[in-house]
Formats: sequence, structure tokens, C-alpha cells
Amino acid sequence: MVTLTINGKQVQVPDGSTILQACRLHGIELPTLCYDPDLRLAGSCRMCIVEVKGRPLFLAACVAPAENGMVVETESPDIVQARKVILELLLARHGGKCLTCEKNGNCKLQDYCYQYGVSDTRYADGGRHHYPIDDPNPFIERDYNKCIMCTRCVRACEGITMARAINVKNRGHNAKIATAFDGNLADSPCVFCGQCIMVCPVGALTSKVSAGLGRAYEVEKVLTTCTYCGTGCTLELNVKDNRVVGVTSNRSADWSPVNRGALCVKGRFGWDFINSPERLPTPLIKENGEFREASWDEALDLVASRLQKIKEESGPDSMAVFTSARITNEENYLAQKFARAVLGTNNVDHCARL
Amino acid sequence: MAEELRIVLRNADKIDASNINDYIKAGGYTALEKARRMEPRAVIEEVKKANLRGRGGAGFNAGLKWSFVPPAETKYVVCNLDEGEPGTYKDRTIVQKDPQTLLEGMAICAHAIGSRQGYIYCRGEYPYLVEHLNNAIAQAKAAGVLGDFDIEVRMGGGAYVCGEETALIESIEGHRGEPRFKPPFPGVAGLWAQPTVVNNVETFANLPEIINKGADWFASIGAASYPGTKVLTLTGDVVNRIAIEVPTNTTIRQVIYEFGGGIRNGRKFKAVQIGGTSGGFIPESLLDTPIDFDSMRNIGATLGTGAVFVMDDTRDIVDIVTRIAKFFEHESCGKCNPCREGTFRCYEIMKKINRGAATARDIDNITVLARVMQKAALCGLGQAAPGPIMTTLQHFRHEYERKLLS
Amino acid sequence: MTNSINELEKDAKAIFVIGSNTTENHPVIGMKIKKNVLENGAKLVVADPRRTDLADLADVYMQHRPGTDVALLNGMMNVIISEGLADQDFIAANTEGYEAMAEVVAKYTPEYVETITGVPAADIRRAARLYAEAGAAVICYAMGLTQHSTGTDNVKSVCNLAMLTGNIGRPGTGVDPLRGQNNVQGACDMGGLPNVLTAYQQVANDAARAKFEEAWNVSLPAKPGLTLTETINKAHHGEMKALVIIGENPMMSDPDLHHVEEALEKLDFLVVQDIFMSETAKYADVVLPGACFAEKDGTFSNTERRVQRVRKAVDPPGQARVDWQIICDLATRMGYPMSYSSAEDIFEEMRKLTPSYAGMTYARLEGKGLQWPCPAEDHPGTPFLHKDGKFSRGKGAFSAIEFIEPRELPDGEYPLILTTGRSLFHYHTGTMTRRCVALDEHVPAAEVEINPALAGQLGIEDGEMVRLSTRRGSLEVKAKVTDILAEDVVFMTFHFAETAVNWLTNADSLDPVAKIPEYKVCAARLDKI
Repeated sequence: MVTLTINGKQVQVPDGSTILQACRLHGIELPTLCYDPDLRLAGSCRMCIVEVKGRPLFLAACVAPAENGMVVETESPDIVQARKVILELLLARHGGKCLTCEKNGNCKLQDYCYQYGVSDTRYADGGRHHYPIDDPNPFIERDYNKCIMCTRCVRACEGITMARAINVKNRGHNAKIATAFDGNLADSPCVFCGQCIMVCPVGALTSKVSAGLGRAYEVEKVLTTCTYCGTGCTLELNVKDNRVVGVTSNRSADWSPVNRGALCVKGRFGWDFINSPERLPTPLIKENGEFREASWDEALDLVASRLQKIKEESGPDSMAVFTSARITNEENYLAQKFARAVLGTNNVDHCARL
Repeated sequence: MAEELRIVLRNADKIDASNINDYIKAGGYTALEKARRMEPRAVIEEVKKANLRGRGGAGFNAGLKWSFVPPAETKYVVCNLDEGEPGTYKDRTIVQKDPQTLLEGMAICAHAIGSRQGYIYCRGEYPYLVEHLNNAIAQAKAAGVLGDFDIEVRMGGGAYVCGEETALIESIEGHRGEPRFKPPFPGVAGLWAQPTVVNNVETFANLPEIINKGADWFASIGAASYPGTKVLTLTGDVVNRIAIEVPTNTTIRQVIYEFGGGIRNGRKFKAVQIGGTSGGFIPESLLDTPIDFDSMRNIGATLGTGAVFVMDDTRDIVDIVTRIAKFFEHESCGKCNPCREGTFRCYEIMKKINRGAATARDIDNITVLARVMQKAALCGLGQAAPGPIMTTLQHFRHEYERKLLS
Repeated sequence: MTNSINELEKDAKAIFVIGSNTTENHPVIGMKIKKNVLENGAKLVVADPRRTDLADLADVYMQHRPGTDVALLNGMMNVIISEGLADQDFIAANTEGYEAMAEVVAKYTPEYVETITGVPAADIRRAARLYAEAGAAVICYAMGLTQHSTGTDNVKSVCNLAMLTGNIGRPGTGVDPLRGQNNVQGACDMGGLPNVLTAYQQVANDAARAKFEEAWNVSLPAKPGLTLTETINKAHHGEMKALVIIGENPMMSDPDLHHVEEALEKLDFLVVQDIFMSETAKYADVVLPGACFAEKDGTFSNTERRVQRVRKAVDPPGQARVDWQIICDLATRMGYPMSYSSAEDIFEEMRKLTPSYAGMTYARLEGKGLQWPCPAEDHPGTPFLHKDGKFSRGKGAFSAIEFIEPRELPDGEYPLILTTGRSLFHYHTGTMTRRCVALDEHVPAAEVEINPALAGQLGIEDGEMVRLSTRRGSLEVKAKVTDILAEDVVFMTFHFAETAVNWLTNADSLDPVAKIPEYKVCAARLDKI
């Protein structure tokens, strides 16, 4: 164990902890923009800086090891002022189009500006970027005018998806996230998993499929399991007014045991079939080669009587049920029970082979 | 009259630098032989005792740095020849005039820490040194003096930040030249995550003489806390624009007036910036300060790489600092917020002051920003970039005030 | 999967991927494999007729001729045995049938296997060594291994390989089929198969049946039923009268759609329960509107046997109803009352009859879910099977398997091999993903992948429309010229109704045991239009 003093309080933390971990373990919150516990550390946003007695420089708590005897201040006047200046510098770059931003209300830059009372910036005579927002891919909106260069997208692409589609281009103030040769994502190794959207702390990367459908504070998130392949990824359906308006993911291993927040393009962007106008809203009965709408009573009575008649005339084994790899376990259980107990046949199968 | 004392440049202009035999005849590689007869621990102790402090600018005890290297299968010795500081050409001079002393120094370090692979990271603007070094390495290998220690030369791409040791390592690994956070320090996890000693050319070049003549000899030269010599490169409004090697207790005044021959064209001295672009500006009143690391730090200046940039009384300090701000805005790698945005805004404000459009409020803003950069930036580039602004505001504030809108 | 997905990211020291385009079909598993390879230095061996993304990353990539998996696997085992890399202790303690297997494998020298598969003998040797010497090696496979007339043999062969090297029953080892559909594991576990009740209790087993008869208060048929492919064949013969299809789309997914179409048309009565008017629903007499995964509560079981919750987020559209309620209503109207208050209520009945699910409750499934077998409420679930080399049948049985050629081989008229699969951007028959605006915009149509040399021979440019034909029929499709395939192999996805490749595939070529169709090999020809 390591013993150190944080904000006047002596605390103990496990060996190998960073100052940030030590703080969080003891209920002291520090602002972070580039830090992400699942990604390679960057130590670059400098929001989590702290003052350590005897050290001439501020230490970035996310990468600085907690050491025995350290005396740490997390909100000293100098630290608060430094954070304010950093936020002002970021605001000067970012532009702050909060009114139309998808991430309004779910933006770390906004949160920290609120926390530190930063409403304006001293440092904005010019130099705001005017990058075109023109990547034509249908999944990911890339508005680098809002980018604060935390590089979480780069590190998620390289460390979760392992696609390495994006990296930092140019230097200094002109540094920018880009694919090789700064082209479109479709011409890069991007697989459109949207892990970059998942980790972006601001509104630089957002889902085009969810655009305009609701802000984070307007939606209810329902944790469920993906409907596509057999991996069994956990995802969150974002619901507004009884309508699915997007998918996000939960990164906790306790709630997302398989994928820990990672999704693929289908899981993250392939949800709008739910709202498709082609969904079937009523039972249909075919008459003279044409379907007509029917009530449930009529349709179910028809099915029940036809099946009953065939069972009586041709025997149970002249019937079969194809159950489904798409429906739930409970429904599969009932489907095979229906085949065996009601129809009286073991002719039940599904697409396991297809 | 002060005199040069040549340790690293001991063979300069006396031997054919392209011929290893000349170097050997001059006593070359006897130190390596001697070191190899010593226990690696003892070599480290000797260097530590000599109090050889890093000549790249950070001034850390080289032996102490080596002593942190943990046991590992693979370790690397890396020579920092990314001499990107404007006005600095000491490393180039050493390599041009005596490349074998660098190789011998690296090999001594390799023996001390147990490394079999060295790299020399050569500044992108020094392409002509690569062939010279490869030739020197080939001769050393042919002569068998390096033993099982191999050295490769790697070329930089011209980024100033790659002189920072972790950015340099990233660059060798083939990544963007961006500094890493520390710890872990390279000595523990450096090149390809293996223990790596990174030292400057001048540091390595001191080693053969230290081993041959002993730690006590070296420790007795110059300033006690930063013994030995320092190679300085004189530029600007000084009569003799030359490279010199002097004991570290030499004063700035001696450097400018005795070695540099004073100010050109009979003008008056205004300021000197020592240590490179990020060095502090020193006024007349502080010229009797010795150039050693600690004395310089005590006056808010730096020894840095040993560049000595002299300015006469016609120079516009604000204009010069504006140009320096432009340099850092250009050379910031963009990784951390304080440096990426801070260098940009420093330049923005300096331009505003320089063109006469600023108010006292802008001075306040740049001061606040500079302080944050000095303490919060990720690497030395961002931390040091505001130095010229802060020291000129301290010593030459009137030149700023003259340009402000009333 | 015998083992768990996250072991692929950290525990496996070598990963052998055969017949799985993991990064496209199981993208998140693909990410984990890549992470292990790129960050931890795990070794990767890939065998696939297409040079997939993983193949590009592999230490050894073997581009074998489609349908020669048994030969390739026997070749690897030949190397392992002849070089003394087999785990003799494991074999002696936990297996039987080794000698017979070894006897067959003896003739599959790498040089001989090279003549069958086209894979250089040296690569077979390197692959075998990487797998055998890793300490913890796992085999991942998918439909590329199973959709063959020798699918069962192929799977038995990978089991042989795992047992031969003792790569079973420990973290990072195992035989991991990557199942292609969200709840295909659950559909099997729940007895959605013609020969078994839940948890693979045989319908022919009197005791098992008796248990269900008592619980369900009905007498149950003992004779195993027909598989899906057999059902379609029987319908084609006019012997099947009625078919109830829930959330399946055989008019896209089954081989030889002419055959399926004729079969469906011969039925007296077809009911389709679905969320869309699928290609199959069009043939129905009655279509019942069901609910999608977002509209109901329940559970899915993933490929690593993990049972996880599905939660209702929104109501079904219009009058559409949750599928289990439709089944209940239908059963009740047929004189067998089914009444449940909730999905959980059904789960409670199911688990009492299902030993591997017996210990699961909705409360326990909160959060991480549970991996079966989970026989009791205090059982933590089972991340990997066959711990300490214990197999469910006692000793693990080696199978002695000879290589058999695929059923329909290229000839003068149809000189190419057609193989089918999926794209990253679409899912199965496209019922859902074709109705996702972004996915369908990004990949709106099928393409047939052809090798540049073949394209050159036929004078076909990239993007040109071509005619792809088999004995079943032909279709016009855009050509994509790519060198990821061998010269005589063409590939097409089966997601697109407009150009459904299953009009061309072969319904006659089934695995004799599993009745799985040979989607991965049929003879084809390509013509410039």
C-alpha cells in the first residue's frame, strides 16, 4: 500500500496506483478529457493536473504514480486557474455551437466549463479552424471544428477495434485527426464500428443515423442484447417517446460482459429497421393471391382451424414448425413445445445450419 | 585572459576525423579497453563520481541515470544528435571533428549498462553527417574495437521536438515524434519498452577522458556542481562567431568579451540568450554569472545546449521574442493542450504587441498563459517555450510597454 | 464454444481460425483476436479460401481449396504426430481411438496434403508447430468449416486436433464454433431441433420424454422429426401439408431457391410469423406480425453459452404482438391452453426441465448473465467446458476421418467453385439490415468477387455486370475484382433479394449427419455479358 495526503487527508491506495486512481478511490473527482481507463494513456489534456508539494511542475494525475509521502492538492488556486486557462484555450479552438450540437448536455467540455465557471475565452483573436464537414459515409459525422484533440478516437481505433484507421496529422495548433492522406473514412481501414463516437468527449464525432432525433438527456437507455450475430454484445437502446432513436453502449464489464462497450457497425448503426415503415402492423390473410388485413381473432382462428384439420386428416408429421434463431429462448421453448405438445410432431428446426 | 580547455574537442583539427587509426594513435579506445576491464558497476560509479551532468540541457548526472537501468534481456544506448536548437552546432562540430570519441563514449556506456545495441539519432538537417558516422562505425567495426556492441544511425525528419528524448524514441520506433509522459523514464522503459539510456553527443564524448584520467580529475575542473567543460556556440552580434570549449566556471562576460571578442561594430551590448531558443534573456547586470547549470538557473536563465546568442543595442527585443514565439508555434507537436494551443496564442498575442495593437490586458493574458504552460505542459518544449517571454518581461518590460496602446 | 470469448483476447497464445471471416461476421470477436495478436504477440494461423483481414495479420495463412478441410487438418495432425508434438499424457488419460485416427492420418503427409489442398507443405508444417507448441491454443471456426457435405467430418477433425495437443479444458484453449446468429445457440438449447428437447435431451429417450410429458401434461412423439432441409424436401415431394415459420426466411437462406419455392407452393397451408413481409412471407396463407428484439423481454444465449437478458424498450408497431403471446394464443385456440404472465414465467417453467439452465433466474442473469451449464442456483456458470480433460461422454473420442471431395466439383461446363458468405455491413437474409438506411446506403448491392487473372481471361473489368451460373440457374451481378481469392474460386454474399445467390446453390448436397447444405462449394461458371 502507498500512503499519501490528498487535500489534507491521509489516504492509502494499492501499490501501482496513479494519483487519479488514488483520488477516485477516495471520492475525489478530477476532471479528465483524454483519460480513458480502457485505452493507452496519453496524459495530454492536462485537465487532471495536481500540485504535489516539492515538485516544481504540475503532475497529470492520470499518469503520475502515487508515491509514499506525497502531499497532493487537487483544487489549489493555481490548479484551478490552470484548468480555467486550459478550458479557455480549448474553447477558443472548439467554437461552442452547443445550441445545435448532438452532444449538448452530454459533453465533457461543457461540463467542465460549467464546473469552473468558464463562459468565454481570453484567447480567441483568431485561429479557429474551418474544416469542411463532408465525409460522405452514412454512419459517422466528423466535425473536427469541435475536436479538442484528446485523441481518444485514435486510441480506441487502435486499441479496441485494432483498425488503425485514423491518427494525428500535422503539428501544433494545426494538428488534426485524419485518415491517411486526410481522406474519407470509406477509403481507410475504418470498419465503421463507431468506437470513436463512443469515446469522443465532445460533439466532434456523432452518429449520422441518430442525428436530430434526441439529446442524451431526452432519451431513456434500455440495456439489451444485440440482435445480429452470435457474439452477444450488450448495447443500450436509446428511446425517446416510445421510439428507438439510437444505440449507445455500456463499457462496464459488469454490465457488458462480452463486448465491454465495443460494437460493430451493425450493432451501433443498424437499429432503424425497428422503425421501418415496412414493419407489419396487422395480421394478413391471403385471399385470391392477395393479402388483406385481418383481425387477430380472425387470423388466429383461421390458423388454428387449418392446422387442426390437417393434423386430423394427414397426421401430425405432415406439419412442421421452423422456429428461429432470432427470437428469444422463451419463445423458442414455446415454439418447440407448440410443435411437440400441440401439433404432436418433432418436426421442429431452425436455421442453425444456414 | 580566460583559456579554452578541450576535453571533448581534444582531437579537433589535430587528427583526420575520417580515419580511425588517427584516433587510435591519439590514444583512442584505450578508455574503452580500460572500462571493459572494470566491472560495469564500477564504470557507473566512476561516471557518477565525476559528476558528469547531461550536456543536452537537462543537466542530470549521467552515472546516476545509468544506475537506474534495471536488469533486462535487451537494453539500448541512444545518442541524441537531433541538434535542433537554433544557434547550436556543438554536436555537429564534435561529430565532424572526432566521431570516434562519440562511438567510444557510447561503447563505454553500453558496457556499463549491459547493452549490445546503440542508435544515433541524427538531425534531419544534418544529412551529411550520416555518411560520416556510418563510415566511422564501419571502421570501428572493422577494427574490432566495438566488440559485440552495434551502432545504427537513424535520421530524424526535422522536427525540433524530436530532440526531447521520448519523442526521439517514438521517432526511432517509427511513430509520430511526440513526447511520452514520464514516468516511466526511458532508463526503465524506453525504446520498444526496453531500458534505454539516452544521452547527448557531448555527454558521451566526455566519457573516454573521464575513464582514462579518472573521476577526480574531471570533478576538479570548472564549477563544483557542474564540473568539466562546456562547448558553447557563439552567434549574433558578437565579433567571433565560433565554437569554444571552456571550463564551466567561466562567466558569461568572459565568453562574450574574451572569447567572443565583444560586440560587433562597436555597438553596445543589450542582451544575451543562452541555451537555445527557449533560453532566458540575460541583461548586462547579470553578465558576471558563471555559465554552469546551477548558476544559470539561479538567475532564471538556462545553460541548455550552450548556444550563446548575443544582441546589441539596436535589437528590438519584442520583435525577437515574437519570432521566437513563432518558432514554438511551428514546432509544438500538438499533443498536449497547454503547448498546442498555448504556443499558438502566445504567438498571436506577441504579434499583436509587436504591431502596436495590444493593451496592458494582453500582457496580463500572456503572463497568465505563460505560467500555465511552464507548469502544466507535458514536455520540456511547452514548459520552456514561454521562457523568453517571461524573462524579457522581467528584464526588458519597458520595450513591451513602449509598444502598447495607451 | 467450449471456451469464452474474452479468452481469445488474453489467454490464448495461438489462435487457429479456419473457415471464419471473423472480422466481418463476428466483428467484436475479430477485434479481440487482433488485439491479442497485435498487443500480446499471440500467434495466428488462418486457413480460408479467401484471404480475409485476419489472414493478412496471420503468422501462417493457408489458402486451401474449398472443401479440403479434412485433408488440411489431417496434414497438420500428421506433422504433430511425426514431430512428436502430440500431448501423449492428455491422450492417454482422457481420450480413446487415438490409434485408429493416427493410422489414417499417417498417410496425410504435408507433401500429399499439398496436392489436395494447394497449401505448401512448409506452411502446413509451420501452422502445425505454431498450434501445437503454443501451450494454450484455440481453434475458431464458423460456417466456412461446417457448410460442407463433409461438415460433420470437418468438425470432428478440429476436435481431433485439439485433443491431440491437449488444447482443451483450460483457459485460452478449446474448440470454438463462432455461431452466426444472435440466438442460434439458444434455439438449439431450447429444443428447437427435431431430435432433442431442451438441453439436448433426446426425444427418443423415454425418461426424458416422460419428464416433459408430465410437466406439459400431454403425450409426446418419440420419433425424431425432420430437419429444415429435409422438411423442405418433403414438402417438395408433396408430403408436407402445413408449415409454421417463425422469423425465418428460407426463400433467401436455403439452398436452391427454385426448390424451396416449389416446396412452399406445394404446401396446403403456410403460416409465417415475422416483422416484415419477407421473401418467404409472400408465399404464406396467413402472416402474423411479430415483435423485434427491441419490443420484448426475454433472453438470448450467445456463442459462448452465455444467457443474457433482452429487454423491452418500445412497443411493437400497430397491432403487432410479442411472438410468445402469438404462440400461446394459437396453442390455446387449438385446445392446448398456454398461459404465461411474462417471459420470466416461461423461463421459470423451462429451467425446471432444462438441467444446464436449471440454476438461472432472471435475477441472476442481471448484469453479466450466466454461461451454461449452470445446474443449480448456487452454481457460478461455466466459462469453459471439459475442465481437466473431462468430456461429457467420458473419454474424448478421436475420429479416424478420410478426406472426401465436395459433392459438386468443377468440370468443363462449370469450371469454377462458387462459395458464399456474409458482408460486414449486412446480416443474413437482409430482412433487417436492408431496411437500415445507413447500412443499405453503404452496401446497396451484391457483388461477385473474382480473381484478377480470371477477370483477365474473361475480359471482365472491376464493376462490370457479369452472369454467374450454376446447374440451378443464373443471375446477373456486378463483378468485384480482388486477389483475395484463388483463380478458380468466386465468392458472393447472400443478403440481397434482387440477386439472391441461393438461386444458384445446391440443395442436393447435404452433410449426411447434420443435413447442412454445402453452401461453400458448388460448380459455377462466369460469363461476360
